[in-house]
Amino acid sequence: MSGLFETWVYLAEQPLLWLTLTVGAYALAHWLFVASQGFALLNPVLVAVLLIVATLLATETDYATYFEGAQFVHFLLGPATVLLAIPLHAQAKRLRRQWLPLTVALVVGSASAILSALIIGRLLGLEAELIASLLPKSATTPVAMGVADQVGGEPSLTAVFVILTGITGAMAGVPMLKALGERDSDIKGFATGVAAHGIATARAFQHSERAGAYAGLGMGLNAVLTALLVPLLVWLVGYY
Amino acid sequence: MIAFVAAVLGLQLAGELIARWLGLPVPGPVIAMLVLFVALSFRAQPPAALSQLANTLLGHLSLLFVPAGVGVISYLGRLSEQWLAIGITLVMSTLIAIAATAFTLRCLKRPEPDTKGLDNS
Repeated sequence: MSGLFETWVYLAEQPLLWLTLTVGAYALAHWLFVASQGFALLNPVLVAVLLIVATLLATETDYATYFEGAQFVHFLLGPATVLLAIPLHAQAKRLRRQWLPLTVALVVGSASAILSALIIGRLLGLEAELIASLLPKSATTPVAMGVADQVGGEPSLTAVFVILTGITGAMAGVPMLKALGERDSDIKGFATGVAAHGIATARAFQHSERAGAYAGLGMGLNAVLTALLVPLLVWLVGYY
Repeated sequence: MIAFVAAVLGLQLAGELIARWLGLPVPGPVIAMLVLFVALSFRAQPPAALSQLANTLLGHLSLLFVPAGVGVISYLGRLSEQWLAIGITLVMSTLIAIAATAFTLRCLKRPEPDTKGLDNS
């Protein structure tokens, strides 16, 4: 029995265990999602995160230890972002035709994401630091963390809100738009990409490369716009 | 293939350097994506090996967000105090942003000459 415990202590120190848990939990979550024919509540990111959080809590493992292994997966986000240029290139001609509608929709979407968080958060009595951490939640993680820091939020809390926003958008975005009668997958892709960044983009790619390209474009553009709009709107509203 | 792996990492590195030197609030990989997009616009098709690399990595894009998502574990205490208000704000605001973007685009989008982009998904 003590041999088993020692083996665990040894493995828990190794990045390999947490890397395997990350990929394994996701593989299971992905299988569940496919087996349920894409049931929205079984979003693979959400299910994988819940499985891993439960495992870490049960084994009293802290996040830093887990991240020793998970960082190898996390690192690939950078190269993946760079490679979004390829589906974007494939859709370039179509996107060029729509540049004005896309730009206006981007500005409306980005501003409504920020202002609605500010207004609803205030109405519900959230403390200022929490609201400031929520404002850039539609932008991709590194942008959102930088912006939160700039307006008095807590960057690592923002990272959590960004992921939760992405999961919300990926889970509920398309069902909501369908209920509102939207059938154009370009519009669904772009709207979820603007409001719910890479997680919604990943979801859009599961639908089609074309929807994914629209989502990726929305995500990339809103990363830039959120960085500009959050400080501007906070200043205009005179929040501080 | 390996040459393109090196090229993508090199681009990302260049993006990080540009962001840092110019003090831009945009992350390095986003700058690198724009640089690659501009570079590709001189060609009809990206190199086949590069497309293959993109398909491999983007095909499992969701997986790459899992480690950051597990970060929620460090904030369970803080979030549990105001979880309902935070949850309502976050979900409503996200859905409002999606609806606002989609509605604007619906009103302004030019009709597509080819496929109309309609489907039943």
